[in-house]
Amino acid sequence: MIQFKPEGIYCPQADVYIDPWLPVNKAIITHGHSDHARPGHKEYLCHTLSKEILKLRLGQDISVQTLAYNEAISINGVKISLHPAGHIIGSAQVRLEYRGEVWVISGDYKVLNDGVSAPFEAVKCNSFVTESTFGLPIYDFDPFEKIYADMNNWWQNNSKDGFNSVIIGYSLGKAQNILQHLQASDTRIYLHGAVANINDALRLSGFDFKGERLGEAFDRKKLNGDIIIAPMSVIGSPWLRKFLPYRIAVCSGWMTLRGARRRYGVDKGFVLSDHCDFKQLNYAIKETGAENIYVTHGYQSIYAKWLRESYGLNAIEIKTMFEPNPLEEIEEGL
Amino acid sequence: MRYFTEIFQAIDASTKTNDKITALIEYFRKAEDLDKVWAIAILTGNKPKRPVKATDLRLWASEIADLPLWIIEESYYVVGDLAETLSHIVGNSDAVKQEEIPLHVVVTQLKDLFTASIEEKREFIQAFWRKGNKDENFVFNKLITGNFRIGLSKQSVIKALAIYLEREEKEIAHRLMGKWNPAKETMESLFSEDSLVSKDYLPYPFFLAYPLEEAPSAFLGNIDDWFLEKKYDGIRGQIIVRNSQVYVWSRGEELLTDKFPEFHILHMHLPDGTVIDGEIIPWKEGAPLPFGIMQTRIGRKNLSAKSLAEAPLVMVCYDLMEYEGVDIRHWPLSERRKKLLELINQEALQVLLIPSPLVELDTWEDVAHFRRNAREEFCEGLMIKRKSSPYETGRRRGNWWKWKTDPMTIDGVLIYAQSGSGRRANLLTDYTFAVWDGDLLVPFAKAYSGLTDKEILKLDKWVRRNTLEKFGPVRSVKAELVFEIAFEGINKSTRHKSGVALRFPRIARWREDKPAIEANTKEDLVAILNSIQQ
Repeated sequence: MIQFKPEGIYCPQADVYIDPWLPVNKAIITHGHSDHARPGHKEYLCHTLSKEILKLRLGQDISVQTLAYNEAISINGVKISLHPAGHIIGSAQVRLEYRGEVWVISGDYKVLNDGVSAPFEAVKCNSFVTESTFGLPIYDFDPFEKIYADMNNWWQNNSKDGFNSVIIGYSLGKAQNILQHLQASDTRIYLHGAVANINDALRLSGFDFKGERLGEAFDRKKLNGDIIIAPMSVIGSPWLRKFLPYRIAVCSGWMTLRGARRRYGVDKGFVLSDHCDFKQLNYAIKETGAENIYVTHGYQSIYAKWLRESYGLNAIEIKTMFEPNPLEEIEEGL
Repeated sequence: MRYFTEIFQAIDASTKTNDKITALIEYFRKAEDLDKVWAIAILTGNKPKRPVKATDLRLWASEIADLPLWIIEESYYVVGDLAETLSHIVGNSDAVKQEEIPLHVVVTQLKDLFTASIEEKREFIQAFWRKGNKDENFVFNKLITGNFRIGLSKQSVIKALAIYLEREEKEIAHRLMGKWNPAKETMESLFSEDSLVSKDYLPYPFFLAYPLEEAPSAFLGNIDDWFLEKKYDGIRGQIIVRNSQVYVWSRGEELLTDKFPEFHILHMHLPDGTVIDGEIIPWKEGAPLPFGIMQTRIGRKNLSAKSLAEAPLVMVCYDLMEYEGVDIRHWPLSERRKKLLELINQEALQVLLIPSPLVELDTWEDVAHFRRNAREEFCEGLMIKRKSSPYETGRRRGNWWKWKTDPMTIDGVLIYAQSGSGRRANLLTDYTFAVWDGDLLVPFAKAYSGLTDKEILKLDKWVRRNTLEKFGPVRSVKAELVFEIAFEGINKSTRHKSGVALRFPRIARWREDKPAIEANTKEDLVAILNSIQQ
């Protein structure tokens, strides 16, 4: 019912691809990150809340059809519906049902509720396609409350010491989570253009995140122990000098690893991720009740072996074009 | 240990040397004395021996976490550090409060484990893990497995101590030389005014030359102000004669006296209170032998008469720090050298202590020419030392320069990649290169450095997409990319398939202009080998 082709995951009966890498006629997009939402497809189908993001990133003139969560359509006898993946705003798992067989392609997901995106819902199925970005037991994430308590402490201490706080996180997903949980008044938060652009797009879908866009006319004298939210690409760039004196933190699941933390050469790493850690993956997979698990995107072979040995599941490793890597986060937004 | 863990985290997290030093001073002010001694030892790389085997640690971690061993193994490949891997595996992220155990108590308990049964070891370590949080467990694991590399140089620790104790850095450096036993020392015995008296064996901190980055004519001024010496490739060492005893130290601050029986007679020929700096090299019939000859000898546990005869060692002497028991490091080099030559100019020392010959050249152009052809002169370049220079400590700009000849190079094909460790964990940065032997590729060198961060990233991406097979952490890749490998020396080797072993191989550049078929061959390597050893 589902094939793994060079273009991406394909359902021949419905003639649709899910998150294809190469241009196709009809693509279902799980969410707006650039390793999933690629340009050049004729028709896009995504969750309602992903629409503006796709248009912002892929062009205003793309052809997009949207679905709400749990709303089903039928294409050539295949029942297709989207379900919350808990990864970022608008992220969805794709459920496909044909003649009683059910597949769920989860895209990127996380089980922990981030308080911004619709919380993950496990969908019963026969075959489940899962990512494995953090599919090793060394990845064991703290609850969000603890991370945000640390983060609020951190910037407030910086502020006391006379430093601005630059918080680095991917502009779509992480930035909004951070904004939601920062205990700081609206006037103390400044946004890199990439973050502000996403916020503007999300405003069209009814979201309102705090923070002021850093424009050309920005007056650095205004800064006084304040917060700047920016994407990974600014690390090491002269753009940061405007905010001196500052301390800088990176928010990423990769910050688990001391080596990655040191490689960035930043003052602080927050282990904040939009993905599942090892325990969340195990939990989600058990919840789906699926016997067949297709593991992509990450530590496929190790994680598939783990599922076979520990849970007796029929777990198969799928190669993808993208093997996640801490330094590539700039492009992929993990 | 909580306080030490905090300081460890603070030092580890910071990228600025000054912040690290400040944090360390803060620690010295607050910690108890017994802890301080251990902290100094640990942070300067004077680590206790491992009381348990790494394989046991893995096993015990797998028991606690209820995970199969193989997945811990795989995790280790990703993290690149066993202590860290295990702390993630066994760690409680919930801050379970462990009662505070002082650092010196933990270390002492670990030392006691040496004589404990395997069951006792297991019990102790698992009990600690269960109570500790991730950060504490990480530091605890580091104490067991050793190697605290947190981007804090010994020099920084010395600086922090000097500020804290209100003493001179030079003095602190001197007292922290060599391998001392933290269990037997106190802050008092280490640093009090009169603690130096009984420490005859202590060497002086070495003065290290700075590499010259541009031609000396540009900024070194008058050539007559400088001594020029051949730079030999041996073991930098210090010979100490005090109270009729001889000590030989390496620059790595290892006491190597036993490795060099040749020098054991020196106390009969040199007066007490003599400290000489020089290069220990194998030497026969008036010329140095290749470094590899000494390497095999140094590796031996028992020195046979045969190996002593095959690789006779000498010290090429270039400096004198102590004369008749007086520290003369502040004398100008020209004076120290004069004294040195007087001292060693004896019949009995002719084949043991050789004065470092001065190279007489009139212009900086001549110097540049000499450097280019250094290998023909049996050396790897030049040392350029100001005649008036005092003997300083550590690596400093200004008075001593080294100017090495260009490395030899060969083009190799990338055939394996493996993830690195530390800062490069999770990235495929350890590479194996091969040369052609007919239509086969034979590996000849591993290299870890030489690429920019950008190139590493690009190569990492390429490797991931061009992997043929994975064996644990190692991936074999398509034989496609060519790299120019630079190296300092080459020796015959029976251990390597290519038949040679390179000294200090590293990547000079990525030859994106060359297809794999144009890489060098095994014959090319042998030709270089022969040209050098003639």
